[in-house]
Amino acid sequence: MSNAEGHPTHLAHHFSTTEQQKDSAKIGMWLFLLTEVLLFGGLFCAYAIFRAWYPDLFHNAHSFLDTGLGATNTVVLITSSLTMALAIRAMQLGNKNATIWNLVATLGLAGTFLVIKYIEYSHKFHLGQLPGKYYTFTGVEGGNPHIFFSIYFMMTGLHGIHVIAGMITIGWMLYRTTKNHFSAEYYTPIEMTGLYWHLVDLIWIFLFPLFYLIG
Amino acid sequence: MNGNESTHSAHIIPLSVYLTIASILLFLTFVTVWVASINFGAYNLVIAMFIAAVKASLVALFFMHLKYDNKVYMIILLISIIFLAIFITFTMLDTLQRGAIYDQKAGQIRESATMYDTVNADSALVGDSANIVDSTSMSGK
Repeated sequence: MSNAEGHPTHLAHHFSTTEQQKDSAKIGMWLFLLTEVLLFGGLFCAYAIFRAWYPDLFHNAHSFLDTGLGATNTVVLITSSLTMALAIRAMQLGNKNATIWNLVATLGLAGTFLVIKYIEYSHKFHLGQLPGKYYTFTGVEGGNPHIFFSIYFMMTGLHGIHVIAGMITIGWMLYRTTKNHFSAEYYTPIEMTGLYWHLVDLIWIFLFPLFYLIG
Repeated sequence: MNGNESTHSAHIIPLSVYLTIASILLFLTFVTVWVASINFGAYNLVIAMFIAAVKASLVALFFMHLKYDNKVYMIILLISIIFLAIFITFTMLDTLQRGAIYDQKAGQIRESATMYDTVNADSALVGDSANIVDSTSMSGK
């Protein structure tokens, strides 16, 4: 497909080649991911401070998290990263159907992650293990247990918002793939979606041991 | 199509590489859960963070194509990690070493947690949880 000037239709007129357009998109995406790392970085820093101040509290409170559910969610997210990578690979090979099915699988796994997270959250809501002043649970040994659950809900909550944003973007890519917007020559939006989704996976790879596996 | 179309296509990673990396990631997840059940004291955190860093590197190098892409993208990611390390290291130096300069006493953050309304009655939780920075001395009073 080409327009009157001989450009492929996916190539914006201010770029001279497809390669240049793709590199620009990638630079922009990686700079955005940099800001994402720093966004979560503030919470990781808060985590470090509170864990250094209250090591015993973190040890006692973390036993109220379900390691089995956390590990399951880690497996779910890693698998979804694999299907996301395979969706991009399929489009590099021009295999539209494989891209569609891999994107559907990624969406399904992301949904599974949120369902498991919902089970965990609702259990804590029920027990009153809520952030800050809403905390009413009395079963944790030691002082300031609400600190642990505040930082837990803030970090997993922000991560969960990213999962939802990723699902919306993946769904959009699924729609555009079915509409034949992509080809082996042009699949940059799916690739950028993949980078975002892998970052969501990366963050969880650190959140899982920091909350569920305190020795 | 004419000469404007790029001739060198993107690097396509073999399916076997993706499956191998995913298998290693799942195996390391199992390892990190298993190793957390053994008590290495303070080293548990170090081991867990090391395994997480290895997993994160695999995701970034292969799933995010950093191994094959222009190294500019890897540099951008490394910059974010370097600045995050500076941020956390210097904050921890401050919060852990401030006691060497100011007189600090252990205490609890009492505000805004309804649990203390019920717990303070029998004073079960009041007192000596050590190495806690007093909220009043934090505010400089």
